[in-house]
Parts: sequence; structure tokens; C-alpha cells
Amino acid sequence: MDTNIISIKNLNISYTSSVMSVKNVSADIRQNQITAIMGPSGCGKSTLLRALNRMHSLYKNITVTGQILLENQNILEMPDIAVRRKIGMVFQQPNPFPTMSIAENVMAGYTLSGIRTNRQRRAEIIETTLKSVGLWDEVKDVLTKRGTFLSGGQQQRLCIARALALKPKVLLMDEPTSALDPIATARIEELLLQLKNEVTIVIVTHNMGQARRIASRSMFMYLGELIEYDETERLFTSPSHQQTKAYLAGHFG
Amino acid sequence: MTKTIKLSPDSGFKIVLTSAAVFVPLVCGAVVLSLVTNSVDAFGKFGFFGFLFSSEWSQTPGSESYGALPFILGTLLTTLLALILCVPFSLSIALFNGEYYKGTTLAKTLGTIVDLLAGIPSVIYGLWGFYVLRPIVMTLGLSPQGSGILTASLVLTIMIIPYAASLSTEFIKMVPANLKEGAYSLGATRAEVLGKIVFPTAGSGIFSAFILAVGRALGETMTVTMLIGNTNQIPGSIYDTGNSMASIVANQFGEADGLKLSSLFAIALILFVITAIINIIGKIIIRRNAIKR
Repeated sequence: MDTNIISIKNLNISYTSSVMSVKNVSADIRQNQITAIMGPSGCGKSTLLRALNRMHSLYKNITVTGQILLENQNILEMPDIAVRRKIGMVFQQPNPFPTMSIAENVMAGYTLSGIRTNRQRRAEIIETTLKSVGLWDEVKDVLTKRGTFLSGGQQQRLCIARALALKPKVLLMDEPTSALDPIATARIEELLLQLKNEVTIVIVTHNMGQARRIASRSMFMYLGELIEYDETERLFTSPSHQQTKAYLAGHFG
Repeated sequence: MTKTIKLSPDSGFKIVLTSAAVFVPLVCGAVVLSLVTNSVDAFGKFGFFGFLFSSEWSQTPGSESYGALPFILGTLLTTLLALILCVPFSLSIALFNGEYYKGTTLAKTLGTIVDLLAGIPSVIYGLWGFYVLRPIVMTLGLSPQGSGILTASLVLTIMIIPYAASLSTEFIKMVPANLKEGAYSLGATRAEVLGKIVFPTAGSGIFSAFILAVGRALGETMTVTMLIGNTNQIPGSIYDTGNSMASIVANQFGEADGLKLSSLFAIALILFVITAIINIIGKIIIRRNAIKR
């Protein structure tokens, strides 16, 4: 039932040799659940998330040590591209590719890497993926229009579709609703609860309410350390660390 | 309580500003007007298209005949060749400075040197081209006299690279990091991100950079006059000598009068119209791009 899909072991991440942004973090991520990472700004939550699909390897000055096991394979020793095909990502700002249509955005993971699909398969992927993010009915008549014409919430769902089209095992989300209004946010949260049956979701949020509403398990990070990691309900009702309690009570952050 | 008191220092300042601002378009209009009035004779005598498509340049008194075709072709040929040659260099510099080494001291140094190229007076390029590049062209056996379309184009290339490169660099730099990260997160390689995200996103901007570079090449006078060989026939190949619209005017304005002078004005008018159109197209594309962002 509760299998772990990712195991993080003694992970350290630093931007400069003197300052550690993530300090010795170890945690297991459960399959087909939503795991939230919370904490005040600068606590290392986004840095930790971005390590999971090796985004840090784009920047020379960042060093990552430790292990991240995806189904018992250390992704830090795998080629970046193979990792990113299995672990997709959705960003804080919706970022549909402005030169591509809605349909092309959904297929971007394929076309960027030159993976060929025939017309029928392509149509199939576009329809099923857009349906899975609840966007199909809204955009099925404007598939050839630019993705940037959509509203913010629609754009973000398009970006989720773009990531899901590659059938990843894990979907990483870096504060995906912080640029959206409450109605669009609610739609995305609802969507994530449906999606977790297909894909494991790890979401960074500074919105405690959001973690509580959708995540089965939650991490609380502070100054680069993982202070507490537990079932969301237990973390919120009876946190075992003083810092967690203070954060959840709104004393800082 | 006289009426002049109402003229506050503020409105006085406004009048100064307004008249200065009006002055510039007036001068521009005056230039165009004198180009038009002075070229009326030539266009009247040979007809507009007759002048445009004639390749005669005969000064024999009594049977004078002038046409702009060799010079239009000379200009288009040198510009086209310079454009083709400058594309690979400019794009490489733009990618180097705007993407691969973005923000590094190396990129900043290279960028400054490239910008410096734009500031060198054209007569220096001409001199260098004449005494350094021309002998090389001769040694390579590309042309017996060394000067000609090719030599002029090679130096023009160096002159327009900074324009195309620095503007392209800016447009490549402006491609948002979150678009690139989005593409990387889908498993794209760096080459795929560059080819399918960075270039298409910066595409119209880069295009406008090359348009502006072309505008510069079209009108470049000194260098071309020194290197193109100054012959008034249609160049048979890029190894031939010729004249551009700018170089024929620069060469002959001093000793021209009457119909010949009017013909030179007519050539100047054609050159003005072409460069104005090219520059306007470039500016429009840049502005459209700016609005989209």
C-alpha cells in the first residue's frame, strides 16, 4: 500500500562552498500521494524540490551530494535527461511556450526531443492529457491558438498537461498556485487530488492551508534543515517540534 | 499687471522644447524636399523606370545618358554578401554572450570589443581594407586588381557584425529563464532548448537586428568607395569591380553639374527611400516584439 517511490538520503545542496542551502535531508516520498514541502522563504524547499529532477545541474556553481533514489536507482548518477523524463515539473509562473500553440505545448516534451508520433497518436495524447487536467472542454476548439492567450489558471493547467503528456512517475510543483487567484487555485487543488492516482506529486507551498487541504504527508523545513516530516493531519494538530508549532501558529514565516 | 506676466518660466521652457523637437522633422523634410527637387530633371529626362533600369553612364556632351541600375545592383550585391557573411559570426557571438557565457567577465569583455568595432570610423576600415585585405585578395588570386564587390563586402561584413551581434545578444538574453527551465524539465538537451525555444522566442528580434545591420550596409559610403573599384558597369560577378549608390555619389558629386548632378541626386533619393523603408521595417518589428513582452 504505502510504497516509497523516492528515497532522499543525506542530501546536501550548496550554492557557494560556505553556505549550505539544504542540510543533510533524508526523507521518503510515498507513491501516489501528494507530499507537501512547507517553510518560510529561504528555507531550501524549492532547492530541495529542484534537486529531484536535477535542475541544479543547469548551474555550474551548485553542488549536490548525497543520494536520491527513484525506485532504488540513484538519480544523481543517471543522465539528466532520463531523470527529467521520469520526473516532470511545474513552475511558479505558468510558462507555456509563447511560440507554440496549445496543442504544440502539450506535445512539447515530444517535439523538443525529436520524438516522432503519428497523427493519430498525437491527437490521442493531446485529448487525453487535456482531459486529465480538465482543460479539454475549454480549449478543444482553439487548439491551434497560442497557449499564452489563456488565463493564468488555464495556462498553469496547460503546463501540468505538458508535463503529464510524457507520462512521468513523479510530478514536482514549485508553488504552482502562488500566481493564481483563489478560484483558479481551488481548481488546481481539486485537479491534483484527482491526479494523484496516476502520478506521485511533490508540491512546494508557502500556503499552509493548501498543504493541509491536499497533502497526505507534509515536510516542514527551516534554514535548510528538514525539521519535521509526518502525516499532514498529525503535523498540523500535534507537531512534535517547537519550530513547527511556532510556524503553524503564524509566529514567524 | 501686464499680460507678459502670465508667461511663466514653465511655459517658456515648453516653447523651447517644442521648437527644438519640431526643428528635427523640419530638417528631415527639407533634406527630402531638396533630394526630390534636384532629381526632377533626371527623372523627367529619362523617365522614372527608365532611369531605374538603365545601365548607361555616358558623359559625352550632347548625348548624355545616365541610369542607376549598375549602382543599385552594386549596393544590393555588397549588402547581400555582407549580410550572408555576417550571419554566422553574429549569431555565434550572440549565443556566446547571451547564452553560454551570459553574465561572465569573458562575455562582457567580448561584448565591449564587439561594440568598439561599431565605433571605428569607416575611413579606417577603408584604409585597412585597401592596404591589408586587398593584397590578400590579390595573392589568393580571387581578382587581379584586388578591389571590387568581394573586398568591399568583406570589410562591410566586419562593420555590420557589431550591429547584428549586440542587438541579437540582447534579444537572446531576454528569453525568460523559466521558459528555458520549462524546456529542460521536459528532458530537452541544450541544443534542443536553443533551437526550439531560445531562437524561436528571440526570432523576430534577431531578424530585426539583421534588418538594421542591412540598413547600415546599404548606406555605408567611405569604405565601399575606397574598396569597390569605382567602375560604372553592372558587375559580372562578385570578383568584379563596380560602384554602389553611395560610392558613385561620393565619387562624382564634386565634378558634376546639370543633368549629371541631377542624376546623382536621383540616385541619392532612391538610396534614401530604400534605407528608410528597411529601417522602418526593423523598428516596427522591434516595437511589436516589445509590446508582446
